[in-house]
Amino acid sequence: MNAVTPIDWRDQIFETLQDHDIKQVYHVPDAGHGRLIEACQKSNSIRTVALTTEEEGIPLAAGAWLGGQRSVLLMQSSGVGNTINLMGLTKTLRFPFLTLITMRGEPGEFNSWQYPMGQGTPKVLEAMGVLVMSVDKADEVKQTVDHAARSAFNGGQAVAVLLRQKLIGIKTFGKK
Amino acid sequence: MSKATLQRRPLVKKILDGADGDLLVIAGLGSSNWDITNAGDRPLNMPLWGAMGGTVPMGLGLALAQPTKRVLVITGDADLMMTLSALATVAAQQPDNLAICVLDNEKFGETGNQASHTSPRNNGPINSGAGADLAMIARGCGIADTGTVTEQADVAQLVNDLRTKKGPVFRLVKVMVEKLEFVMPPQDGAHLKDRFRQALLGQA
Repeated sequence: MNAVTPIDWRDQIFETLQDHDIKQVYHVPDAGHGRLIEACQKSNSIRTVALTTEEEGIPLAAGAWLGGQRSVLLMQSSGVGNTINLMGLTKTLRFPFLTLITMRGEPGEFNSWQYPMGQGTPKVLEAMGVLVMSVDKADEVKQTVDHAARSAFNGGQAVAVLLRQKLIGIKTFGKK
Repeated sequence: MSKATLQRRPLVKKILDGADGDLLVIAGLGSSNWDITNAGDRPLNMPLWGAMGGTVPMGLGLALAQPTKRVLVITGDADLMMTLSALATVAAQQPDNLAICVLDNEKFGETGNQASHTSPRNNGPINSGAGADLAMIARGCGIADTGTVTEQADVAQLVNDLRTKKGPVFRLVKVMVEKLEFVMPPQDGAHLKDRFRQALLGQA
């Protein structure tokens, strides 16, 4: 049997975003999302917006939806807390919202400063009425993100997909 | 700087005079919301009742989605102060259809006119701010076309710049503190969003 190179899950996310006609992608610099962000930056059909704080991503997404465009916010769990007040917009305006979150501060994490927000991430999102989905296996990423986008843009929900640290890999800071 | 003598209500009325289907307006919470509503509530107004700090980014998302329409953000000094760095995000995107008008009364109007950070320093124990200059901050964030308006004589030019000049345009307007009637638009956010999209896109 010939070995088939599996398609990288980050490339599958890019394809899924295109399938769902995402036009604006908001991001802060992030190693976990790095490859996806670069693919979006090179795309002709997607406008990428580099944020100064994740908080900007919520009203940006609301503005894009007012103007008829779909968007996605890419962030790390450490930035989720920055968004929580303005996350209320997803409830008051009832607009479709999708965010993909690379997780830190999960079991195996090296940096103790990442634990509080990492462990708090699903709880604070749920407290704000966001539908939280989670994926830790590479072969389930595509379907999970696809379902999340359907819940957001067809079902009108605010949806977060947590890309678990087990999926992304533990940052080691050069230590074994 | 000369004392602010401009009155916000007639000023905003002039800015929005003759607004048609090509002008999309987002107003920040509080006074700016009541100001645009006083000028005439319309579906292509998105008056915010909350989401402090979100007005400029919302205008940016809309401007990028609708490059052939003029997007005008009208908000107060304290709303902008909450997410100043969004001005750098705007500058990085260079939306040529976006204008930002900040009505600066140097006060937190909704909570009892406490001094905001744009109030001068050394202005007594209760009324001192930082003397922050939002036009200078906007320029420092990379928005090349900024300006400050304090005189009635400059209002016609202000209106013209906000409505037609190539963006991103940033204008700081010093307005006086006044006790004004609340002129309120509908409050339901989903309704405001749906009527906006209906008017703009023909679908909610």
